[in-house]
Amino acid sequence: MTSFIGKRALASGISLIGLVILVFFLSRLTGDPTNLYLPLDASIEAREQFRDMNGFNDPLIVQFGRYVADLVRGDFGQSLQQARPAMEVVLQAFAWTLWLAVITMTCVTVAAIVIGSLAAFRVGGIFDRLATFFSLVGASAPDFWLAIVAIVIFAVNLQWLPTSGTGTPWHWVLPVAVLFIRPFGLILQVVRGSMISVLSSAYVKTARAKGVRTRPIIFVHGLRNAMLPVITVIGDQAAAILNGAVVIETIFGFPGIGKLMIDSILLRDFSVVLASIMVSALAIFIMNMLIDIAYAMLDPRIRY
Amino acid sequence: MADHLLEVCNLSVEFHTAAGTVRAVQNVSWHLDRGETLAILGESGSGKSVSASAVMNLIDMPPGRITGGRILLNGRDMLAMTAEQRRRINGCTIAMIFQDPLAHLNPVYSVGWQIAEMVTTHGGTRDTAQARARDLLARVGIPDPEAAMRKYPHQFSGGQRQRLMIAMALACKPDILIADEPTTALDVTVQAQVLDLLQELQAETGMGLLLITHDLGVVAEIADRVVVMNGGQIVETGDAAEVYRDPKHPYTRKLIDAAPGKGAMPDERDRTGQPLLRAEGLTKTYGAFRALKGVDLTIMPGETVAVVGESGSGKSTLARAILRLDDPDGGRILYRGEDLMAMAPRRLFGLRRDLQMVFQDPTQSLNPRMTVFQLISEAWVIHSDILPRARWRDRVAELLVKVGLSPDMAARYPHQFSGGQRQRIAIARALAMEPKLIVCDEAVSALDVSIQAQVIALLDGLRREFGLSYLFIAHDLPVVRDFADRVIVMKAGEIVEEGPVRRMFESPRHPYTRALLSASLDPDPAVQAARRAARHLETA
Repeated sequence: MTSFIGKRALASGISLIGLVILVFFLSRLTGDPTNLYLPLDASIEAREQFRDMNGFNDPLIVQFGRYVADLVRGDFGQSLQQARPAMEVVLQAFAWTLWLAVITMTCVTVAAIVIGSLAAFRVGGIFDRLATFFSLVGASAPDFWLAIVAIVIFAVNLQWLPTSGTGTPWHWVLPVAVLFIRPFGLILQVVRGSMISVLSSAYVKTARAKGVRTRPIIFVHGLRNAMLPVITVIGDQAAAILNGAVVIETIFGFPGIGKLMIDSILLRDFSVVLASIMVSALAIFIMNMLIDIAYAMLDPRIRY
Repeated sequence: MADHLLEVCNLSVEFHTAAGTVRAVQNVSWHLDRGETLAILGESGSGKSVSASAVMNLIDMPPGRITGGRILLNGRDMLAMTAEQRRRINGCTIAMIFQDPLAHLNPVYSVGWQIAEMVTTHGGTRDTAQARARDLLARVGIPDPEAAMRKYPHQFSGGQRQRLMIAMALACKPDILIADEPTTALDVTVQAQVLDLLQELQAETGMGLLLITHDLGVVAEIADRVVVMNGGQIVETGDAAEVYRDPKHPYTRKLIDAAPGKGAMPDERDRTGQPLLRAEGLTKTYGAFRALKGVDLTIMPGETVAVVGESGSGKSTLARAILRLDDPDGGRILYRGEDLMAMAPRRLFGLRRDLQMVFQDPTQSLNPRMTVFQLISEAWVIHSDILPRARWRDRVAELLVKVGLSPDMAARYPHQFSGGQRQRIAIARALAMEPKLIVCDEAVSALDVSIQAQVIALLDGLRREFGLSYLFIAHDLPVVRDFADRVIVMKAGEIVEEGPVRRMFESPRHPYTRALLSASLDPDPAVQAARRAARHLETA
């Protein structure tokens, strides 16, 4: 297990280094941030001074060397826009996104597993049909459209919830609800399908021959086996949110890492872009590690 | 009249399928008493498992429906009981074990937990359940029961898994044990041990044993009475020895006649001249596992060489190595004196058509999306020099007739055929290449006895007609006895004994060959009873 984690960490570290190099040089191609930060009528000297101060006058390779040297010392550079350490800016935004992901995925997982399992128990029953219909609608609806409709209905017309921003628990309701719908539909379908095949398996037949009650058959004998494919999808969906629910965060003015990344790309705030990429990559790596560990815990046949 | 322990009266069950209503069993009646073993004998589709599933309430309704009859347990009609009452009987009064224990044990829970669950489900405490599970593991002969409690099903061998199933079934000391093909997936020597265990446990507990099987040998070994089923109906029932000696119904007679292992064995062949194929010192290693440890073998033109051995003996690896489907790690394979291992790819491609294979499971070896015509004519797409395209249709028709199918079946897909018919298609496909050697890897193992006999007769006819050679991989000794010229016995990657079929069956030299032969079950209950007596004398 330890060597497995070590190998995976090494492989991920190498790809991360490649990614940082790629993003560093590609982002510099977007142009000079100077014009975005100084007023239109700033003098040539002032512009030159800004470039000098931020090191934009040096050859790219020198800038990269300096960036790497700083990285080694744990310095991720300064945010041009907020004039404070880039990592601080990123971590602050990441905390918001992490909470958003944790709350959403917890709701999704619990709801999808319970409803999916029950739907699978009576395939073709009224409950199964309703669950399948709504999950398909949910999985197919575009989230930006849902977000806007939700704002129009619940924030503008009914005025039950705030349109955007943060501050009270009420501010979380719409973003979580809209983010919930698509993964819920998707995971419910996976749970249902996986559960149907598990419930028709030979070992469930054995459980019935043993006289095991219905509820433990579904949730003890069935569920643990059915969870294996489900976990992969849960991890995938959680990673998507962690990576920045860009659209949702932007629409709801939610100060997460997705919104931060878009803003800093538009403002050519290079250090913040790079720091966000590293933080997301690390989060995804940990996420995948957790999935692999969950796999091994659920299924004794899997050993790393 | 006194009540039987379990009695099925005029039971009829229907299944609603896409193809219409299937009457799985009609008016089936049988009964089981304490301490007795009843066997339900039948081929696939005979409905032999259906009444047992009805007893266990395992028939899904829909699509299934019990249309008539009663199931009496100690005189009480189970079909009139509530679902909860039925649930309490399952496992507690009537327990069941199945054919494939790996699939029937939950892969993600420890075996100790699964056995204990049987006790806790029926009201036992966790502690008594654990203690009972440990005792049972010891009783069924699992080494180190304490450690076994925490292990998972995949960590045991096939025979041990069936012992685990038996331990689990006996956890609540049931009055009745239903065993559905309990030894079909096991090696012969392991089969003998498991049947012994069942008999011992029955003697200890006095339970009634209902055995569902397709194997006359199993009936002969263990059953007191037998019920013969065909097409959802009981065709004959009676004392097992009586039915074998004097079958009343034509179907029973046909079944007994089809049982392999009674034909005349061929005389030893002249083995001089150039062999068709010769393998020397074949080795193959998978990780740390040495599947082949230097195997030599010679096949003469027109000869059938059988390789027998239990699972893990390396017999399938040998078959695949000889065809270079899995290249061996070392050794030489000479086909008519040319080394296949050292051959240029182009030359090997040309030779591939001479060496064909028929696999065990035709459901998997035939592409489900290709028609029979496409499956067979694909040979000529690959080796375009065999036959001009204009003659394909006629030749496919010819081959289908040759394997006993009808030419108008060429447009159908594999799923529209029965298992036996599919294996015929696979044979027709191999014949399309006009091969010199066909490797049959357990090619008849999955088939019903009567179908098995037909396929063997077909292969034998083709050998006479075309002078084909066969390398016949099998675990079923009676089939080998009827079909092979020579027999090779393999164990743990090595050949332990080799010789002409008559010598091997009449005077085996190696102890392992003797063990295999004595574990193999004879369809005659009298023969089995004599063997049992001899075994008991030996152990006493």
